[in-house]
Amino acid sequence: MTADTPSASPFEANGLTVALGGRPVLWNVDVRLPARGMSAVVGPNGAGKSTLFKAALGLAPVLTGQVRLLGEPVARVRRRIAYMPQRSSVDWDFPVSARDVAAMGLYGRVGWFRRLSKRHLAAADAALERVGLADFRNRQIGRLSGGQQQRVFLARALAQEAELLLLDEPFSGIDTASEAAILDVLAGLEGEGRHIVCIHHDLRTVAAYFDHVTVLNAVAIASGPPAEALGEETLRRAYDASGLRPRALAA
Amino acid sequence: MSLFWQVDFPALLAAGLASGLCALLGNFLVLRRESLLGDAIAHAVLPGIVGGFMLAGALAASAMLAGALAAALIAAGAIQVVRRLGRIEPGAAMGAVFTVMFAAGVFMLEQAAARNLHIDADCVLYGQLEDILWLDAPDISALPREVWTLAGVFAAAAAAVLLLAKEIRLAVFDPAFAAALGFRPGLIHLGLVLFVAAAAIASFEAVGSILVIAMLICPPAAARLMTDNYRTQILLSIALGTGSAFAGYGLAGFAPALLGASWSLNAAGCIAVVSGLAVAAAALFGPRRLSFASAAASLGRG
Repeated sequence: MTADTPSASPFEANGLTVALGGRPVLWNVDVRLPARGMSAVVGPNGAGKSTLFKAALGLAPVLTGQVRLLGEPVARVRRRIAYMPQRSSVDWDFPVSARDVAAMGLYGRVGWFRRLSKRHLAAADAALERVGLADFRNRQIGRLSGGQQQRVFLARALAQEAELLLLDEPFSGIDTASEAAILDVLAGLEGEGRHIVCIHHDLRTVAAYFDHVTVLNAVAIASGPPAEALGEETLRRAYDASGLRPRALAA
Repeated sequence: MSLFWQVDFPALLAAGLASGLCALLGNFLVLRRESLLGDAIAHAVLPGIVGGFMLAGALAASAMLAGALAAALIAAGAIQVVRRLGRIEPGAAMGAVFTVMFAAGVFMLEQAAARNLHIDADCVLYGQLEDILWLDAPDISALPREVWTLAGVFAAAAAAVLLLAKEIRLAVFDPAFAAALGFRPGLIHLGLVLFVAAAAIASFEAVGSILVIAMLICPPAAARLMTDNYRTQILLSIALGTGSAFAGYGLAGFAPALLGASWSLNAAGCIAVVSGLAVAAAALFGPRRLSFASAAASLGRG
């Protein structure tokens, strides 16, 4: 790990505004996540949670404002960041094995045109082992359960050996065994000093799983330890029809 | 030299190369669940081909290729614009763009025919496999131009697929992740569109656009039903494509004679039919076929 100053935020957005298809999805968002502990981003469907990650990674057009990851513009730290998109964003019928997908986490390090070596495949296998899927490495990904597919995605992020992991809904639609396995791996990563930010959908488990939570609905409504940030007033503003929920209602 | 080397061999070579080339590229369309894009590009290049032909005044490969690539880019851009502005599903946007561009191409063809230029709709749709001759047979340099063009595009496509194997696989499977790693999935997709356009133009003179469309989809779809291995699927699709070409050509040449009939069969049409039969066989007997129960269940869910 590099010697980050303890005060540096691994994920910092300032005045971030993003519009997709002519509609504002994020509006003047200020977020500064702490250097230690696991962070969650919560909010209703269509609140712009995934867009926040995509804008941070340069995958969505930023109108105004900026995001700094690990204290730098994303272009300078791509190799140090792992990104796990939502499981539903890919075609799981694709003819690749669990090991093929885990190895994709190494493509950035391998670079353009070059092929994977045996060392890379061993690293992919090690990542699969860490999420408990060593026995499934040759299985086509469509023949895995939802929780196993989620763990393959996590293994791919692990293989990147990143300092900052941005995980979009790692606990969505999976069995309890997979949920426990993923939580265990994330806790281990956090213990190694890596920064973890998850988009999370289940308000009941936020306080148990995370040390810091940001409530988002187009604007950043609250940010802090779950006990403070998840107040009744905050949740009403984020999830109720009143106040700031124009996008989800208009759709 | 025998008639086989002068007439059948060059036709088989052209059909085999065209089918293998389209099958190779079609894998990525099928895996992106954008099979219709091949259909769209194969149709949309027509105004570019005819435009290049009218400007150059002859079947000059370079002028038609430039026209076809420009038309493919316009089509790909127009599909995106229609999709965004019209907020309609991608299939509808492709359908709208390629039918309009194909109609414009047919209109331009008629104008060209009126000016006594040698290009017509039959040639574009069915190709002229029978006219590909190797009269100075053992002389490699005297192989017909269509064969050289196809071989060149095939070699370029195969080289690109080998060189960018992992980048293409990642961009097709998970474009967002590819972009997050700093790869350029948008550029790779654009390259795919351009290669499909180049394959369509290189193939159309010999085998026609109907065969191009069939070969972009049928061999990869059949191979998809037969394996869960990415590399095996691609190699199998090329084998199925060229195999269909040989079988279809043979069927067109010998079936009427065997039946004692005096009529003849269109070779490109026969090849397309054989490739369709390969899909049907893979769907019925392939290892990844859906059982009737699960097919019914998925229909019920849909």
